[in-house]
Amino acid sequence: MAYAARHEGLPAIRPPLMKRIADASAPYLYTAPALILIVTVMLVPLVLGISYAFRDIQLLNPFSGGFVGLDHFRALAQDQAFFRSLRNTLWWTGASVFLQFAFGLILALLLDKPFHGRAVAQALVFLPWAVPSFLAGLNWAWLFNPVVGPLPHWLFAMGIMSQPTNILSDPQLAMWGPIVANIWWGIPFFAITLLAALQAIPRDLYEAASIDGAGPLQRFLSITLPFLAPTIAITILLRTVWISNFADLIIVMTNGGPADRTQIVASYIFTQAFKRLDFGYASAIALVLLALLLAYSLLIVILRQWLLSKD
Amino acid sequence: MASIDIANIKKSYGTHPVLHDVDLKISDGEFVVLVGPSGCGKSTLLRMIAGLESVTGGEIRIAGRRVNDLAPKDRDIAMVFQSYALYPHMSVAKNMSYSLRLRKTAKDRIATVVAGAAAKLGLDPLLERRPRALSGGQRQRVAMGRAIVRQPKAFLFDEPLSNLDARLREQMRAEIKKLHKDLGATSIYVTHDQIEAMTLADRIVAMNGGVVQQVGSPLDLYDRPANLFVAGFIGSPGMNFFEGNYQAGEVQRFEMEDGNSIPLDAPPLSNNARVTLGIRPEHVVLAGHGPETLLATVDLVEPTGFGIILHLSLGGASFKAFTNDRSFLTASGTIPVRFPAHYLHFFDAEGRRV
Amino acid sequence: MRANKAFLIIAHRLAILAYIAFALFPLFWLLKVAVTPNDLLYSEGIRLWPSRASLEHFDFVLRHSAFPVFFRNSLIVSGSTAVIVTILASLSGYALSRFRFRGKYWLVTLMLLTQMFPLVMLVAPIFKILSPLGLTNSLTGLVVVYTAFNVPFATFLMQSFFDGIPKDLEEAAMIDGATQFVAFRQIILPLTLPGIAATLGFVFTAAWSELLFSLMLISGNAQATFPVGLLSFVSKFSVDFGQMMAAGVLALIPACLFFLLIQRYLVQGLTAGAVKG
Ligand SMILES: Nc1ncnc2c1ncn2[C@@H]1O[C@H](COP(=O)(O)OP(=O)(O)OP(=O)(O)O)[C@@H](O)[C@H]1O
Ligand SMILES: [Mg+2]
Repeated sequence: MAYAARHEGLPAIRPPLMKRIADASAPYLYTAPALILIVTVMLVPLVLGISYAFRDIQLLNPFSGGFVGLDHFRALAQDQAFFRSLRNTLWWTGASVFLQFAFGLILALLLDKPFHGRAVAQALVFLPWAVPSFLAGLNWAWLFNPVVGPLPHWLFAMGIMSQPTNILSDPQLAMWGPIVANIWWGIPFFAITLLAALQAIPRDLYEAASIDGAGPLQRFLSITLPFLAPTIAITILLRTVWISNFADLIIVMTNGGPADRTQIVASYIFTQAFKRLDFGYASAIALVLLALLLAYSLLIVILRQWLLSKD
Repeated sequence: MASIDIANIKKSYGTHPVLHDVDLKISDGEFVVLVGPSGCGKSTLLRMIAGLESVTGGEIRIAGRRVNDLAPKDRDIAMVFQSYALYPHMSVAKNMSYSLRLRKTAKDRIATVVAGAAAKLGLDPLLERRPRALSGGQRQRVAMGRAIVRQPKAFLFDEPLSNLDARLREQMRAEIKKLHKDLGATSIYVTHDQIEAMTLADRIVAMNGGVVQQVGSPLDLYDRPANLFVAGFIGSPGMNFFEGNYQAGEVQRFEMEDGNSIPLDAPPLSNNARVTLGIRPEHVVLAGHGPETLLATVDLVEPTGFGIILHLSLGGASFKAFTNDRSFLTASGTIPVRFPAHYLHFFDAEGRRV
Repeated sequence: MRANKAFLIIAHRLAILAYIAFALFPLFWLLKVAVTPNDLLYSEGIRLWPSRASLEHFDFVLRHSAFPVFFRNSLIVSGSTAVIVTILASLSGYALSRFRFRGKYWLVTLMLLTQMFPLVMLVAPIFKILSPLGLTNSLTGLVVVYTAFNVPFATFLMQSFFDGIPKDLEEAAMIDGATQFVAFRQIILPLTLPGIAATLGFVFTAAWSELLFSLMLISGNAQATFPVGLLSFVSKFSVDFGQMMAAGVLALIPACLFFLLIQRYLVQGLTAGAVKG
């Protein structure tokens, strides 16, 4: 070009040091407080907690603290209660997540289109989410209690139960108590996340589809579901992990009983740690749980990659 | 007001180069328009001048002062964004005075300046409104007002009118021109609109692929495009091109690939050179007889109201002609065409003008 | 066609009503038992509303139990946690939304991983770390712990709000003469108020209901938060359902109030990032 070449060979001058430092450090300054807190209050304790899994840590025993190698894990391999709690965890997590998701999705779809009074309805149906989890647990425990709660009487009246008894003390049914409480408490979470994703779907897509002749069901299958899929996947993943770790409801409602029928791994850890004060063993169980959850998440992520790469 | 001196500017995102050695000297008070296809780096260049993008190499000077490492706030330039970027939580008056308040200008002075700018832009009745309650044209005016309240060293405009309808655009274009006349501010203006570029610019900078293709007055670029890219980019409908060979000899001729040939004056070409011939649609003459007349087939007739665009073909090559003569509305079959020699442009194999 | 449409609308409203009933019934029952006088509790066990309501249980809980102390402690802990988390999360969420920097990927990964820990595992180590600092059995200690636990999710929440604000705005501010931080404070933060409200409310409710660490780090009534207090209350007065439920109703009030105020911003916030892009 005729117009160039006046400054030929001008070196690429770098900005002065101070400015470069200031520019480069800005993002770190913004994130530092959060990061420091996370590292000191979560990461360091985690590492310490992992080390406890290989030590003999009993809170009330001043002579404990020694290194025991894999002893805890050997004990764990023989621990029938642990394996039972593992099975219970699967049942608890699977049923809770599936039902929360199913009801949450339906609720989100019901709330997606504007209607008279939607704001109020939305506030009311999401309210359980604000209820502190322990209170939700207590509340449902009371509802299942035939002395003050109506549920046993209703179930009896409908002929579902032969006697108005407390299902929380029935080994066959006890798990349903915390699960129902969990569903009640967790529907809003799914509904809120899915509703947000639903409202982010461009409206003209639906219009285009109806002009192309797609019925409601086809629109749902060909637009709504594909758009929701990423949100559904990530929410279910996070929720599964979270619920397997979530022991509040069980501790408050049944404390693992009756006869360990509602004991999940998380509540088992809690029992080992706070009832027996055996932190070493509790940490070993927690480490196994963490490993299982990580493996699960990894599996899901890989599965997702594989599905994505397929099409 | 100030001059802006851009010397050998380079920009890469990671390893991906976006601007290659852009060199441009804008003098005080000049109105420069940047044009080029989407993605050619116009916004990037503008944002580098504003200080919103870092400079990979080269130097930017405003009023003689090197500003490469100066924060945007210290460069004292104003910018009008395509999206207007009005602060939604501030009234129109607050939007316009924000820069002055940041500079701790005295209250009464702010009031006078804002009132003056509002009067100039016809915003007086809207000063207390929020941007949400304004129409597109009004928002655009507020964005302009925000720029003019403080006499900055330069104005940068990134497609400021592209969100407006055609009518409003025409009106705002005139206002920008008037404003520039009043303020005499150094301005750099990015646009996709040919008419905006032609009417507003003192000089147009045509860019492609991060490289400046030509710098010159609007008519310069129109009449003497430096290369094929500029020739094709400036003007609408665009210039027609024909591939062919130059034949020297008794009668100099341009020979098209299908055998048609056009007699020429004497362009500085070597015999049998491969060249591209260009002619603007409005320069194609739709009549004539004699040796230089060719017979073109009419493919399509497009009335635009203002005139008629004829889609024609000549052998294998199709081209367009523009005319104001309504009798061509019913043209069909073949018609005689002529390419007057003094309207022809030639480009060599590298695409450079010869 | 029209009948079909009317039918759909009725079905839709009925479904919504069913959800509302399911959501509110347990809370309603809590309130019902709380206002039922003891002598009617068993005789009118499954009536929807007692023939005679009284506030005696509330009166007892407020005047003759440690309940007001728990309430105050919880308010302090949850309030401070909410405010501190929101400030930290605004800063870090802004960085994630606006800057490209080395380490961003690792920061996000770390924050995601923290959502996966079994928190039970952290109780003992945290106790060991905090006790020499005198932060066990102290509300400050609880605030520190809760803040750390809530910062990751709050950061993602704030990030999605920031993502919804066009970058042009702060660039315009910087050209108008603001530094990046001033642009953040004067332009971006005011526009993120819904997001801030949502984050405040979210963290407040989370801290309000936390049980595990409160149980472990606090001993004795003086520093106990609501959940711990209520649990001890439950084991101590386990026969007096009326009083327990009255305490439960009171525990519900702040969280629900907060939630009702912020819930619409929550959906909006989760949407914001996606819509504008
Ligand atoms: N942040 C970025 N990271 C990587 N590449 C970028 C970035 N911003 C712009 N680019 C690339 O730089 C090139 C120039 O972009 P620029 O926005 O300057 O184009 P433009 O000429 O303004 O186009 P338009 O007319 O569409 O606005 C494009 O190829 C674009 O993809
Ligand atoms: Mg651009």
